Amino acid sequence: MLNSSSSLVAPGCSYNISVIQRTAAVAAAKATAAVSRRFRLGGGTALPGLVAERIDPDVIQELSAQLNLGSVIITGTNGKTTTARLLRSIVKEAGLKPVANRAGSNMMRGIAAALVDAASWSGDIASAERRLGIFEVDEATLPLVANAVRPRAVLFTNLFRDQLDRYGEVETVAAVWRAAVSELLAEATVVLNVDDPSVAALASAAEGRVVKYGMEDTSSGAAKLEHAADARWCTACGSELGYAAVMYGHLGHWRCPKCGNARPEPDVFCGLFQTGANGSHVTLKLPGGLVEASLPLTGLYNAYNALAAAAAAAALGLGRAAVQRGLNSATAGFGRQERMFVGGRDVQIMLAKNPAGLNQVLRTITANGSEADLLVLLNDNIADGRDVSWIWDVDFELLEGKTHSVTVSGVRAWDMALRLKYAGIDGGGATTHVEPEPAQALKRALSATPEGSTLYVIPTYTAMLEVRDLLARWAGRGAFWEAE
Amino acid sequence: MKGLALRVAHLFPKLMNIYGDRGNILCLQRRCQARGIAFEVDGLELGDPLKAKDYDLVFVGGAQDREQRLVAEDLVKVKAKPLREAVKRNVAVLAVCGGYQLMGRFYRTAEGEELPGSKVLDLHTIHPGAQAQRFIGNIVVEWNGTTVVGFENHGGRTFLGDGIQPLGRVVAGFGNNGEDGGEGAVYRNVFGTYLHGSLLPKNPKFADHVIETALRRRHKDFRLSEIDDALEDAAHAAAVRQATRRSIIR
Repeated sequence: MLNSSSSLVAPGCSYNISVIQRTAAVAAAKATAAVSRRFRLGGGTALPGLVAERIDPDVIQELSAQLNLGSVIITGTNGKTTTARLLRSIVKEAGLKPVANRAGSNMMRGIAAALVDAASWSGDIASAERRLGIFEVDEATLPLVANAVRPRAVLFTNLFRDQLDRYGEVETVAAVWRAAVSELLAEATVVLNVDDPSVAALASAAEGRVVKYGMEDTSSGAAKLEHAADARWCTACGSELGYAAVMYGHLGHWRCPKCGNARPEPDVFCGLFQTGANGSHVTLKLPGGLVEASLPLTGLYNAYNALAAAAAAAALGLGRAAVQRGLNSATAGFGRQERMFVGGRDVQIMLAKNPAGLNQVLRTITANGSEADLLVLLNDNIADGRDVSWIWDVDFELLEGKTHSVTVSGVRAWDMALRLKYAGIDGGGATTHVEPEPAQALKRALSATPEGSTLYVIPTYTAMLEVRDLLARWAGRGAFWEAE
Repeated sequence: MKGLALRVAHLFPKLMNIYGDRGNILCLQRRCQARGIAFEVDGLELGDPLKAKDYDLVFVGGAQDREQRLVAEDLVKVKAKPLREAVKRNVAVLAVCGGYQLMGRFYRTAEGEELPGSKVLDLHTIHPGAQAQRFIGNIVVEWNGTTVVGFENHGGRTFLGDGIQPLGRVVAGFGNNGEDGGEGAVYRNVFGTYLHGSLLPKNPKFADHVIETALRRRHKDFRLSEIDDALEDAAHAAAVRQATRRSIIR
């Protein structure tokens, strides 16, 4: 099926080959998506993109060039999906029509699939005049996507150690980003989280405008650098950085005591952040004035996501009213503090894939003081990272004395159980319950959670897909596991 | 066990803290304290002198490339000599991943540059070039009539000299160089291995062997008492199953 397009065109044909190639690519991809959905082979997020790219390698370039308002790329270790989701909400409030890839499908094929989905069968983007691309992009794939899409803005959220077996070391990713920033169009804006020293350092590689964002309200920060802090060395001279305030990981108000290299003043900042059990409240300073908004998301890391989305909106010249309405009306995304009601229990899925992210999830869960019911799922599939040694860099000690029940599951359940034993977590009197099989583990965790309470499910990526599927099927039903 | 203490020098804890090396220190601490043995650890950073006679065990973990370069320089200039002295006096050393490579005579980078090592062990490491396969994955090693299980992630290939033995034989995975079936190195009381991160917690027998070796220098015939390792053994067995399952697919 995946022949090269040349066979589609008869000799002497006078049509523009590239248009035919694109039309064929879009049509084949759309057909693939339809078949894929019809037979439930998946959500149609990757395969159609793969088909389109095979027929027309330039499909992303050609379709994205039709987006009249251009594209924004969001990359970084943590916060890509939620930031993109919040920005989408803001952009819609501004009366624009975003074209966006789905959560997790953030390599070339995912971008191609999103563009194909927005195109007509003849290969033209529908109502292109108000269309803005919002693409979350895998850290390592950034150069490829940026080269194809020629974005008008690129946002960098943060850089933490993550799946070292797949991405390589933090320094390697930073070098890739630097090269990508220097290749951007001169009119492109770079949006940077200046609380992260290695993200802030990208400013010097940018030819065009730079919008800097950061947290000014330091009251929710960690007392000291976490064990998982990576970029604690000055990017200019290599000395150890000092911190006036640590937010989380190595994010904070940093300064090099040797050479004076320091966190730049942000253009967009969060001056006030308060978080509760069901949501949080932020006061943001944008170039035009203040914005106060309430989010349905909790935790400091989500304040950063809101701040990032607002900074991107500012870079695009969107108004404060749209930012406020967009943040207020946002909802939780796929596995990111997504809530479901199952058997009288409120279940909240808190995806966590690396030490910095999981530390934030643990701080968020333990913030409200009550003893938590937890289901932790650790897989080691390729999308999770095959190396599970990162769990030793997570501060599970934060949970000590703050759990009511703990169930562990997934392919690497025993590794996680051992880590928790070291952290002094006893799962509420008894030992932590180990049940590698996710469905059984979920039933066990639900029954251990008192009715009316919250069960926090903390999965790695592929475990999230499994457990979310189960929860979606069980949502709204009674406590059926008790009858079995 | 009154008055007994394990005194550990942790080399470059800030610079070499990748891949969950903290788990190894937490494990040594936990297993000592479970036997009433005091646990003392000193973190030694760049420039800090190593007074090796003050310690029973020297631990060094893995690092990113940038940090490994800084560490290599410091090791050669500041710490190599006292470390070699200590090894002669039977101080125990556990060197993991990047730290293991730095124990050797030299490390030849992917670009062909030769970085001198601390020459504690008669071995050398060669990175065959940026295009060469990186050795990444779960690994099981036959050791001392049992198994050691972990994860390896290295581009360099390590080759042992004549007077030095591998720590064990590779059952699944790559090991030192992917060719001769050996993994890690043992020389006097020095243990080197590519199994990084959470090596010790789920290998309780190996962890105890390291502790006993370290303490026997000052306490002849010392033996650790048995403790409850049910969870550790279950984690070990599960990891071995996972590693051998994957190796069939590979």
